[in-house]
Amino acid sequence: MTDPIYKTDALIAQDIDQYLKVHEHKTMLRFITCGSVDDGKSTLIGRLLYDSKMIFEDQLAALEADSKKVGTQGQEIDFALLVDGLAAEREQGITIDVAYRFFATEKRKFIVADTPGHEQYTRNMVTGASTADLAVILIDARKGILTQTRRHSYLAHLIGIRNIVLAVNKMDLVGYDEAVFDKIVADYAAFARSIGITAFTPMPISGFKGDNITGPSANTPWYKGPALIEHLETVEVNSAADADKPFRMAVQWVNRPNLDFRGFSGQIATGSVKPGDAIRVLPSGKTSTITRIVTLDGDLDEAVAGQSVTLCFADEVDCSRGDVIAASGSPPQAADQFEATIVWMADEEMLPGRSYWLKIGTQMVTATIQQPKYQVNVNTMEHLAAKTLELNAIGVANLSTDKQIVFEPYAANRTLGGFILIDKLTNATVAAGMLHFSLRRAQNVHWQATDISRDFHAGLKNQKPAVLWFTGLSGAGKSTIANLVEKKLARMNRHTFLLDGDNVRHGLNKDLGFTDADRVENIRRVGEVAKLMTDAGLIVITAFISPFRAERDMVRSMMQPGEFIEVHIDTTLADAEARDVKGLYKKARSGQLKNFTGIDSPYEAPEDPEIRIDTAVMTAEEAADAIVARLIP
Amino acid sequence: MVDAKTLTHLERLEAESIHILREVVAEAEKPVMLYSVGKDSAVMLHLARKAFYPSPPPFPLLHVDTTWKFQEMYKLRDRMAQESGMELLVYQNPEAAERGINPFDHGPLHTDMWKTEGLKQALNLYGFDAAFGGARRDEEKSRAKERIFSFRTASHGWDPKNQRPELWNLYNARKNKGESIRIFPISNWTELDIWQYIHLNDVPIVPLYFADERPTVERDGMLLMVDDDRFPLQPGEEPVMRSIRFRTLGCYPLTGAVESRAKTLPDVIQETLLTTTSERQGRAIDKDAGGAGMEKKKQEGYF
Repeated sequence: MTDPIYKTDALIAQDIDQYLKVHEHKTMLRFITCGSVDDGKSTLIGRLLYDSKMIFEDQLAALEADSKKVGTQGQEIDFALLVDGLAAEREQGITIDVAYRFFATEKRKFIVADTPGHEQYTRNMVTGASTADLAVILIDARKGILTQTRRHSYLAHLIGIRNIVLAVNKMDLVGYDEAVFDKIVADYAAFARSIGITAFTPMPISGFKGDNITGPSANTPWYKGPALIEHLETVEVNSAADADKPFRMAVQWVNRPNLDFRGFSGQIATGSVKPGDAIRVLPSGKTSTITRIVTLDGDLDEAVAGQSVTLCFADEVDCSRGDVIAASGSPPQAADQFEATIVWMADEEMLPGRSYWLKIGTQMVTATIQQPKYQVNVNTMEHLAAKTLELNAIGVANLSTDKQIVFEPYAANRTLGGFILIDKLTNATVAAGMLHFSLRRAQNVHWQATDISRDFHAGLKNQKPAVLWFTGLSGAGKSTIANLVEKKLARMNRHTFLLDGDNVRHGLNKDLGFTDADRVENIRRVGEVAKLMTDAGLIVITAFISPFRAERDMVRSMMQPGEFIEVHIDTTLADAEARDVKGLYKKARSGQLKNFTGIDSPYEAPEDPEIRIDTAVMTAEEAADAIVARLIP
Repeated sequence: MVDAKTLTHLERLEAESIHILREVVAEAEKPVMLYSVGKDSAVMLHLARKAFYPSPPPFPLLHVDTTWKFQEMYKLRDRMAQESGMELLVYQNPEAAERGINPFDHGPLHTDMWKTEGLKQALNLYGFDAAFGGARRDEEKSRAKERIFSFRTASHGWDPKNQRPELWNLYNARKNKGESIRIFPISNWTELDIWQYIHLNDVPIVPLYFADERPTVERDGMLLMVDDDRFPLQPGEEPVMRSIRFRTLGCYPLTGAVESRAKTLPDVIQETLLTTTSERQGRAIDKDAGGAGMEKKKQEGYF
């Protein structure tokens, strides 16, 4: 075991005040380490902590005991045990989530995201990389470039990390052979160019022995470059580059302690701001001038990218959470259609057409994603055809939002170009994405205003348009009751139209099957048709299983307030299966029919439907009367 | 090499924490700040005052009290609540009070009842859906993997295998009814960062962090302070005046002191930098249940 090279600074003991003065002006660098299993990531991080004196005696004593008990380095200290945090992982001997580690040298504070090399955990690496200024790609000198090396490099590049260190590790196990190192560097250079990485810094190291970590190693006299720590201490951080871009700040919160003060709080994404600067609030486009930059420690003369501040304007301009304050001369654009790269992070696959929450900066909107244009094979970088994206898949797709969002391409601005998608039911973060550009379709295809309005259509029919949306298990009686309702309404001279699930699948939706993705698209199309029919003044009756709450809510949001009436034909699975009018349950149970709702595909019952029909206590006739009475009191 | 446009590490940490505090206030329905009166809580409270200035932080402070804190802590707590203009809620688990649970007779049960159970009861009682805590990732291994927005089930459980990915500075604060989020705005600060920040910003802290002559007894290798007359002295034990200070503060019978002459902040920082043991070394709680002690406690709902 070598002694820590980062000996305690003599200044600490001699003149603590002077020491503090120096260290209050350190900068910070965030980086990730990535590599395959057994490339020695955890060992390297353990080494960095140890050498920079971040490991105390009590921790070292525990580490020595653990090393003997469960370590993989014989009687020597297993640095990996320092960083493999969770109990389950320690037993399996692998790192399985993102862990953050901290150490500091005389020049910088470092935050390390330790990200796993396991195939199924792409999402963790993307997560760790999203806040990093630099990536250390570890390679086992004995193995050379592996599939996972390519994957990690691609991901680091995708997420926009410009500083890449190629750390050829375990040099001690190849006799510190320069030829081995040179070959790996040449191989990597060829690959890096092919994916657009223009520069990287290679270095021969041993995390276990400590070579070229804190200073030049006597074992590699042929290596003239910097040691790892030296490089990390001097490389440029992202925020420095952000400060030179045009000013942008997403508004988080409006500060209104009393009638005399109105401030807009946020963290500056790019650029800088001074009192007197002309600004524009987006998406409204209203302009004003900055009067004050308010902080607890007094007003500031200037604030720069990365700072959290509160700004005051000269004018009473509407501005609230989600708006973006920008330099008035070079504002970002707003749009509602985009092309984006999407990294899928959930066990449930992406459903094209489904509504997700999209959070970008401080804006939260509803977004739907189209079928991917292609998926990227992260091992070969090939583009593959794809209907959806599964866990850890990366693809490019178009998406649309229900409102215009203020954005910039991710390559220009991480804050206004990076987004997450949130499942509306589970609230899980299901994807991360990066906007490429807007499609501007909404701007080019203008809404054609027509002279005969929807009110006129409805007035002519002397009725109020509505959608009676029937939902329930197969065999619950949706079609039967819907048919009765339509007959009763026709007798009352109401203009109606019944959209039936089976019938629509013979025409409009005959290209769709019964996968989750197709079910979503099925309902989306029916929703659009029903919407056009309400515009024509009709009372629309639909009879579809429509098993997912998210899609029913999507259709509800398409309609005018109050026009969507959800009718839950509520029957137990046992009752529906006992009736089995079409013999479908029998087929599903025997496995002949896949993705059958209630059997091997879920049914999400409405939580708060406008009308609930309990088929156990009501006949179809009674049910139809109840529904008509609710519609026309 | 630092120009005006490159933020120092403390400026970056401060800006990140303020961003987090504001996101929660904007998105949560009923946030609260857990205030333990220690130095990390002191920094977190100071950051909150900065985040919302000139408004007072728009949430109350919650102190889950065990009745066994140091007297000096109660004094500072009341003072800070007044200075910040925030409402102070103090919660003491009534069952623990009734059963007379104390650290001398009940061991780990003391922490379970007063802290873990007390916290759950308080959060349920007031219906808080978001609670700020002053935990740091450098404190302990399982914390290193916890998200800044840490999701809790309706029964306050933590599932380390099912954490939401956290990208850029985009935090997902959405949750279903009954669920809650614990938020750690100073996740990325280290012990040294905290001390430097306190030094630079004159953040008020409990005087116990500074060395002074205090009555102590030595027990099981720990130096304990006899803070009040509830401390049961064993036969032959006699409180001895020693110059001591504390690196962390909790219940006084569970918190080990170190012998020290550090009477000023620079002295304390100097000692911290020259020390050879980690700050939680003086805490009995981490030693329960072996190496995985904290992880297990967190799954049960401990902060």
